[in-house]
Amino acid sequence: MFKVISNRIIAPGVRRMEILAPKIAKKARAGQFVVIRVDEKGERIPLTLVDWDPEKGSITLVFQEVGVTTKKLGRIREGEYILDVTGPLGNPTEIKKYGVVVGVGGGVGNACLLPVMKEFKRAGNYIVSMIGARTSELIILEDELKEVSDEIYIATDDGSRGYKGFVTDLLKKYLEEKVPDLVYAVGPTIMLKVVSSITRPYNVKTIVSLNPIMVDGTGMCGACRVIVNGKLRFACIDGPEFDGHKVDFDSLINRIKMYKREEELALSLFEKRGNKDYGI
Amino acid sequence: MVSKRAIPMRKLSMDKRLTTFEEVALGYTEEEALEEAKRCLKCKLMPCSKSCPLNIEIPKFVKCIERREYEKGLNIILRANPFPAITGRVCPQEVLCQKECTLRKLGDPLAIGRLERFLGDYQIENNIMNLDVPEKVRGSIAVVGSGPAGLMGAVELRKLGYEVTIFEALHEVGGVMVYGIPEFRLPRRVLWFYVDYVKKLGVRIEVDVVVGRTYTIDELLKEYDAVLLATGAGTPKFLGIPGEELNGVYSANEFLIRINLMKAYRFPEYDTPIKLGKKVAVIGGGNTAMDVSRIALRLGAEEVIVLYRRTEAEMPARREEIENAKEEGVKFMFLTQPVALIGDEKGWVKKIRCIRMRLGEPDASGRRRPIPIPGSEFEIEVDNVIIAIGAEVNKLIQRTAPNLKVDKKGHVIVDKYGRTSIERVYAAGDVVTGAATVIEALAAAKTVAHTIHRDLSK
Repeated sequence: MFKVISNRIIAPGVRRMEILAPKIAKKARAGQFVVIRVDEKGERIPLTLVDWDPEKGSITLVFQEVGVTTKKLGRIREGEYILDVTGPLGNPTEIKKYGVVVGVGGGVGNACLLPVMKEFKRAGNYIVSMIGARTSELIILEDELKEVSDEIYIATDDGSRGYKGFVTDLLKKYLEEKVPDLVYAVGPTIMLKVVSSITRPYNVKTIVSLNPIMVDGTGMCGACRVIVNGKLRFACIDGPEFDGHKVDFDSLINRIKMYKREEELALSLFEKRGNKDYGI
Repeated sequence: MVSKRAIPMRKLSMDKRLTTFEEVALGYTEEEALEEAKRCLKCKLMPCSKSCPLNIEIPKFVKCIERREYEKGLNIILRANPFPAITGRVCPQEVLCQKECTLRKLGDPLAIGRLERFLGDYQIENNIMNLDVPEKVRGSIAVVGSGPAGLMGAVELRKLGYEVTIFEALHEVGGVMVYGIPEFRLPRRVLWFYVDYVKKLGVRIEVDVVVGRTYTIDELLKEYDAVLLATGAGTPKFLGIPGEELNGVYSANEFLIRINLMKAYRFPEYDTPIKLGKKVAVIGGGNTAMDVSRIALRLGAEEVIVLYRRTEAEMPARREEIENAKEEGVKFMFLTQPVALIGDEKGWVKKIRCIRMRLGEPDASGRRRPIPIPGSEFEIEVDNVIIAIGAEVNKLIQRTAPNLKVDKKGHVIVDKYGRTSIERVYAAGDVVTGAATVIEALAAAKTVAHTIHRDLSK
């Protein structure tokens, strides 16, 4: 049982949750994730660690309320509990001095960008952050990202903030001017695919943080398998970060959609019947 | 005159077998157990006992059954094996104790597994637990993993006077017995009884702790006098053929975890989904292949076909499980090896391209090696493929413990007493041997527990 310290809305449908998990807080490193299970009937889902405080013994997650699990998470109030939180899982980001690091984030991925850019900054890199969202009010953690960035660029699909268009357009323009030493991207898989195809001609090292379907998150099931450099790899224990130029994004995008219909069915039943006993 | 035939075990009715996860083998009634126990010849040399990895004194407990001294018989088993209702169900007795049974010269061997289960079930019904542990605390041990080896190691060490903490990565206790073996072979109430027993002995169990991530071995060594690695072999193998990334393709482990651990067969009451079509192909010939095939039928698949590259004679699955699968309607295609999985335009698996095999000379395993017949490729249409070709050791711990010596396959290297290359770190079970049986893991863990005790007593 893991106590929820706070659970607040930071943008429409997006929440920031702080959970008491001292063991994980002590060990967490940038780029890692946890697997959570909200309740007895819950699914295990991975969520990237956004922040952690070893002294307070807490970890922070940011999630969008899109499916049954994240909606259940959204309903948990301060002082209530999550049944299982396991981690920190996955390999931490390899932090070193590259020179100029461009971080590209999309949607909730912007929150995942923060801890990684923080560490890259600490290692002496020049940080350029590019964050994108559908609309201005979905731009999250902007202030925190600003703090660790030497330059920050914002894109919204509707043009309500910053550049009108995709965050990947910003990257494209940037690369036309100068070539950074590293591009780090986290966000929707389609965005990661576009980022990787934009950087490929420039031969700039591109790390992508993948978020496939996982069950145990410890290397036992293989649900998160992804083709990297022609070989099957497990995102949970071999990743979640891979060389974006070697990832087969098309099969990954396909795998993420595997349970789309089931997810929609579960969600509609959940919404209809509320949190308890919404099953058959 | 001793009957040549063993008393058969009653099974669940077929309609229930195909629609529920209730246990299939129903166990002996008292009368049946008494009748079967009578068949035992009580051989002085106890060949059965000698071929039991835990050396349970089989003729002695059978004699107790005959005399209706059930608790006495149970205690004879418990001296060697704390989990008779589990091993009585999942042990491959036909290649262990029953293989050496003298009765085989006349007909069926004594149904030792069924008799062991009879006493194990008697134990659970009557809630019999021996909770004696020494008062004096000799030291503290961290056990990594709560499967058969972990639970056995914990029980033995606790009885030797150690404080024991088990760390489990998943949210439930039992390892392969909870995520792997389906409920129709090992009902969860049986497992929970023994987990409860382990807890009542005073063993602490922490779930949601991934050693290698949440704690490293070095950190555990600072807090505990010794560490017992019992992490099993939980990483699924894939075939290494094109198309394994397609939707509709499951590793047996993922399929089993979704069903057994996450209760996906009760989706959407439970949140974890499973997606199964009408025709399911299962690749492999072991117990796991039988388990997933039988689950697929229970989930409503119309046709389940096991593809195996050798013949039925070479299948590593227990005969009993092959029979159960056949009775339930699982079909088999022998001498068939998949070479590619082919998807439709939506990226869902649609066909398996296979090649026919023939058997050549025996290989390292002593079984005849399957050889592809050139030009014999053919395709079968499927809606799902479940790959059940075995599991290997999870490499998570060794990645964070570079001084832990492992072999090419990732198995932890130990001396014959269970000591690893790191002082005060021991290992037992599948993490040492590769995927094997529950009973072998129990036996190994028992040996290693005593090694730890000897080493710490120096």
